This record gives sequence, structure tokens and C-alpha cells, in this order.
Amino acid sequence: MELHDLWFVAIATLWVGFFFLEGFDYGVGILTRALARDDRERRVLINTIGPVWDGNEVWLLTAGGATFAAFPEWYATLFSGFYLPLLLILVALILRGVAFEYRGKRDSERWRGGWDLCIFFGSLVPAFLWGVAFANIVRGVKLDERHEYVGTFWDLLTIYSLIGGVTTLLLFLYHGAVFTALKTAGDVRERAIRLAGQVGVATIVAAAVFLIWTQTQHGSAATAVTGIVAAAALVASYLLNRTGGRDGWTFGLSGGALAFAAITLFVALYPDVMPSTVSAANSLTVENAAATPKTLGIMTWVAVIFLPVVLIYQGWTYWVFRKRIGLQSIPAH
Amino acid sequence: MDELLFARLQFGITTVYHFLFVPVTIGLSLAVAILQTAWARTGREHYRRATKFWGKLFLINFAMGLVTGIVQEFQFGMNWSSYSRFVGDIFGAPLAIEALLAFFLESTFLGLWIFGWDRLSRGVHLLCIWLVAIGTVLSAYFILAANSFMQNPVGYRYNPEAGRAELTDFGAVLTNKVLLATFPHTIFGCWVTAGVFLTAVAAWHLKRGRNLDVFRPSLRLGLVATLVGFGGVLVSGDLLGKVMTETQPMKMAAAEALYETQQPASFSLFTIGTLDGTRPVTQIEIPGLLSFLATGSFDGEVQGINDLNAEYQQKYGPGDYRPYIPIAYWGFRIMIGAGSLAALVALAGLWLTRGGRLPKNRWVWGIAIWSVVLPFVAHSFGWIFTEMARQPWVVFGLMETRAGVSPTVPAGTVLTSLIVFTALYGALAVVELGLMLRWARKDPPEEPAGGSSGDPSGSGDSDEDKPLAFAY
Repeated sequence: MELHDLWFVAIATLWVGFFFLEGFDYGVGILTRALARDDRERRVLINTIGPVWDGNEVWLLTAGGATFAAFPEWYATLFSGFYLPLLLILVALILRGVAFEYRGKRDSERWRGGWDLCIFFGSLVPAFLWGVAFANIVRGVKLDERHEYVGTFWDLLTIYSLIGGVTTLLLFLYHGAVFTALKTAGDVRERAIRLAGQVGVATIVAAAVFLIWTQTQHGSAATAVTGIVAAAALVASYLLNRTGGRDGWTFGLSGGALAFAAITLFVALYPDVMPSTVSAANSLTVENAAATPKTLGIMTWVAVIFLPVVLIYQGWTYWVFRKRIGLQSIPAH
Repeated sequence: MDELLFARLQFGITTVYHFLFVPVTIGLSLAVAILQTAWARTGREHYRRATKFWGKLFLINFAMGLVTGIVQEFQFGMNWSSYSRFVGDIFGAPLAIEALLAFFLESTFLGLWIFGWDRLSRGVHLLCIWLVAIGTVLSAYFILAANSFMQNPVGYRYNPEAGRAELTDFGAVLTNKVLLATFPHTIFGCWVTAGVFLTAVAAWHLKRGRNLDVFRPSLRLGLVATLVGFGGVLVSGDLLGKVMTETQPMKMAAAEALYETQQPASFSLFTIGTLDGTRPVTQIEIPGLLSFLATGSFDGEVQGINDLNAEYQQKYGPGDYRPYIPIAYWGFRIMIGAGSLAALVALAGLWLTRGGRLPKNRWVWGIAIWSVVLPFVAHSFGWIFTEMARQPWVVFGLMETRAGVSPTVPAGTVLTSLIVFTALYGALAVVELGLMLRWARKDPPEEPAGGSSGDPSGSGDSDEDKPLAFAY
């Protein structure tokens, strides 16, 4: 295994971390409209992720930065090629981030209502678009011999990529619902469990279609295994949610489903990082997209030393804020 | 061509905008940490109230710095893909390390600090804000390392086969002489910003005679931070000027609009008339000062724009290697002028408030309040100067800016993005400023019923619990 292979694994790991963590953030953001009935319930939901959403989002920034450092060609092609979807994601993340911090800073319903829209759409839009983006990465896009994207925005919207978008959207929503079940108390929790049950069926269907499609078009024996693990974890989570009482396991399995779904995509992709549909010779691979072994070596040391530290203190944060939140936990504005 | 213009405009607008919030984040996190430490050590209530008050303003500002920072990381790839391909082997690493070392630290411990008042022991809670402050400084170091490579590329070799610059010495990148000057210059500038910010807000309250116990110490902290920061800015700026003369002599020449090489070279305080070097102009000059700023000696030689342009044409081939001079000339002066004025206000403020005095004069307070714009002006023009006067290069001597844009992204797409960000940022500026003014005018929070002392032992995982000490 060469360094660029290791860094492919590292990038995949960062995305898995992002999907697992920010996945439930997006889900909770969508639930602020889909589940909460009033301001107080909305605040219960928002405060389940209040202390952690920002740290979770850093997984995305680190994935972006690490891609830039370890695979400059991939970073350049991906970000310039997926320009408009990324622009939408940026707008969504900006509004959503500001909304969390600002919505309680004025006592006005209109004010809060506006920010609630930002939280809802700011979570919904990226939850959908990340799926579209990843489906396109796996499927391949029009790259010329300089590795530049020569397709249009509309080329990114295929049936496969739209199913990918629906899949991540539903997975995140389900993940958010079981996270809510794990982190809240009382009526909100009951309804979150019910909603997870309803969304769960659609999620399983969408994920199955997407994974089977991925398997038939881009799969291997390895992706069959990881895909089945993802599906099994999702089904197990769904069944546990129905029987109830095992919120931690339900959530863990839902996260496992997300993680293995992401792993399946990365395994399907390897050793390409961005296939070209114009000509296989134009494809970006772990080799031709990579930084020099020198840079990769330095980055490896940095990651080996600091990623465990990050995991420890981020994990500790979840321990500190382990208590469930109920209506009575919410102070007045 | 349009694409280049739009991409540059977007980078300029989003970066200057981002950097309105960054200095406040860096400086104010430290100020809040200091105030909270004072509370921890003395147990005096007004320090706790000050911590809460400034912490609130810090958070309003932090949110904006955070979200506008995401754009920065994305737009290198979106608008500048050729640049990213060319320098990614060197430039990407500091960005990735910034995320891994600094962003995680800031965001995680800020979350702990905001929500952890009743969840953590006092000591651990205090540690959190210090880690946030350290994170912001680390972040500045790595992003400035990346920027310094653009000003003065070191630790690389050009690989003609791969058509890109490749890293040879990461230590050299992290100890770039531009970085060693620009990092303290930036951080001290952030202290000035936070200092003036503290001063201005405290002045608003003191003018009305409100909350003296909280705002008198805040004012002193602000004034001292401004002056200490300015001292640091001065020393590091002097060093930076000399490093700049050595590594980018064109930038120094542009800063003075010095067309012909001079020895000794004078520094003009201002100019009335054209700066294109063709006609004589009205100037007030200080003899030998430019020589001193550039070389450390009052009769040192400073190379002029025309000579440097001819030299670069020899070295890099035909072309125009002059930046846009008026921006460089005025940007440099506005930066220095605004920064110095802020320091002057602080110096006067320190004198007027000596021994616990509070000026009665309303316009004295008015000046203190309005001086809040000065550091932002100084920072903005400092960056505009340092980036614009590097042109036509994106990486000095290595890659021209026009070669860095994304070749297949249509101009209309970049224009769309430019319009979206400008509109969005404009709207958010109104929102942020409104909130900032609103919360800056509030009284610092009183001790809440039930106390705010740490209760780390907690009551386990019980679902029935008292309300959170803080909730969104």
C-alpha cells in the first residue's frame, strides 16, 4: 500500500466521519420543521446538536483541506467541476450556521421564523446535494485530457445522481430522527421514534435501489460486502427502532449504515478518484491526482498524531453533553 | 478575461469581508479568556459579568467568521483550479493542517464553552476559552503560511514534467521569512482591533454612566491591548517592510509610487495629482524615510518601479509587471494612517482615564466610540495592499494570476457566484451589525437565580433536570 492509497483511505475516513456526524445534524435541521410543533420543541431539537454541530462540520472542512493537500488534482477538478452545487451548499451552510447562533438573539417570531427557514433549507439542500455529488463522482463525469470538467450543471443531474441525493437526504433524516430519539425526552422523543419508523421504510427502499444500482454499474465483490453490511445495519436499526428501548443501538446502527454506504462508494471508486466518462485515459486516479510522496508523508505524520487527539476531545464533548433534553431543559429566551 | 475579473473580485470581496470578523475573533477570544481568568482568580462578580457580556459579542462575531471561512476553502478549487493544481502540493498542506489542528480545536471547545457553564468545572471551563483563543492563533499561523508562500515561494522546486510546484522543504514553508514577519503583524493587529472594539463599546456605556464596575476594567483592558498591539504592529511592520523590500521590491516601490530608483528615497505622506509618474505632483515628503522603511538605513537605495519592471522583463519575459499603483500607494497609507490614529486615540484615552478618571466631555466618548471603524479600515487596506501590490503574480515570480483561474468554468457562472455572495454578505452585514449594536448596548447579565457555579458532578443522566445554563 503506497502513501496515496493510504490517503485515499484517509479522505474516505474523513467523509465517513462527516456523514456520520453532520448527517444527524442535517437530519435534526430538517426535523425542526418536520417534527417540532412550536418554538420550544424546535429549541429542544436545535439544542441536541447545539454544542457539537460546528465541530461536526469541521469534518467537511478537513476533508476538503486534506483533498487539496493529498490530491490537488482531485480537489481542483471536483470543486471547479461541481461549481453550482457547491455554491448552493455554501449558501446553505452559511445561512444555517448563522441561524443557529442568531435565531435566539431577538425576541420576535418573524425573526425566529426566518432563521428557522434557514435551518430547514440549510440542512435539506446539502443533505440532498452531497448525495448528488457523490453519485456523480462514482459514476464519472466529463473530464478532458487536462482533467478539467467540460460538462454542464445539467449533466450532473442524472437519474442515478438524483436517487443518490434522495438516498442521502433520507438517510440523514432517518439518522437525525433516531439521534433525536436518543437525545430527547418526552413527547418529542415519542414522535421522533414514530417518524423514524415512517421514514425508515422509504430510506431502506431508496438506499437499496441506490446501492444495487451502484453495485451493478460500478460494483465489485468488495462493494457487494460493504453494501450488504450497510443495508443490514439500516434494516437492523429500523427493526430496533420499532421494538424500542435501545436508542443507542438504533442510532449506532443507523450511523453504521451511513458509514458503510459511504465506504461502498469509495470502494467502488478506487483506484479512480474521479472517473472520466469521455475516456478512461482522462480519469483521475489515486496516482495521477496525488501530491508528492514528500507532502503525503508529512501529512501522514500530522494525521497520525493529531487525528486521535481530535477524536478523543470530540468524543469527550459528547460525553459532557450526554444528558437528554426535554421541554423543561429549555430556559426562557 | 471576464472570468478572471469576476474571480478576482469575488476573492477580494469575500476575503476582505471574512477578515472583518477574523481579527475580532482572534483578539476578543483572548480578551474574554483574560477576563474569565480574572474572574477565576479573584472571584469578583464584575469580571464574570464582563466575561458573559463580551462573550456574547464574541459569539455574534464568531458565527460570521466561521461561515465566511468555509467559502475561502472552497473557492480556491472553484474559481482557481489551475492555481490549485499548480501549487496544491505545497499550498494544500497548511490548509489541511489548519483544519485538523485549529478548526477542530476552536469549534469543539467553543461548543463546550458556550454550553458548558454548568457542565464543566470552573477550571476546565476556563481552559476551554483559552483553547479557543489558541486555536484562532494557530489557524492564523497556518493560513498565513499559505499566503506567505504566495508572497515569497520557498521550500519548493518546479517540476516541469508534472507542470507544477512541488514541496521540497516543509520547514522552510513554515519558517518563511515573510511568514515570520506577517504572522506577528497580523496577530498584533488583531489585538488592536479587539482593543479598540472593547474601548468603543465600553465608552458607549461609560458615556451614559452605566455599569461602571464592568466597563471601567474593560475600557482599560481595551486601551492597553490597543497600545500593546500597536507597538507589536509597529515593530513587526517595520520588519515586514524590510522583508518585503528584499522579497518583493516591486511592492515597496508601488507603496511609494516610486518610479525611479532613489538613494536616499523619501516617503510621501500624501500626494495630490496623478500617480502614474508622468507629471509632477504635490507631495509632502519626509526625506530618507522610505530608505529607512525599506532598508533600515536613511540613505539606502530603493529600487523604482521602472527599473524593476525592466529587470522582470529580462527575467520573466515580456510583459507588464507593475501592479496598479494608486491602490498600492493609498492602501499602504490608509493602513498606516488608520492604525496610527487608533493608537493615538488609545494613548489619549489612557491619559484621560488615568487614576480612575472618567471624562465628562461627551465628544471625547464620541471619538472613542467612532474609533471602532479604524482597525477595520486598517486591516482591510492592509490586505488589499499586500494582495494587489503582488500583482500580476498570484505566486510571486512563479505564476501569474490570470493563469490561475479555472479554465472551463464559464464567466457567467463566476459572475453568478460573485453576485450571490455579494448579496448574501451584504444582507448578513446588516443583520450582524444590527445584532452587534443591540447586544453591545445591553447591560451585562446579572447573576442568574440559582447561581452559575460549576457543578461537574452533575446529577447523572436523569431526564428530569433543571434548565440548561445556556440554550440556543
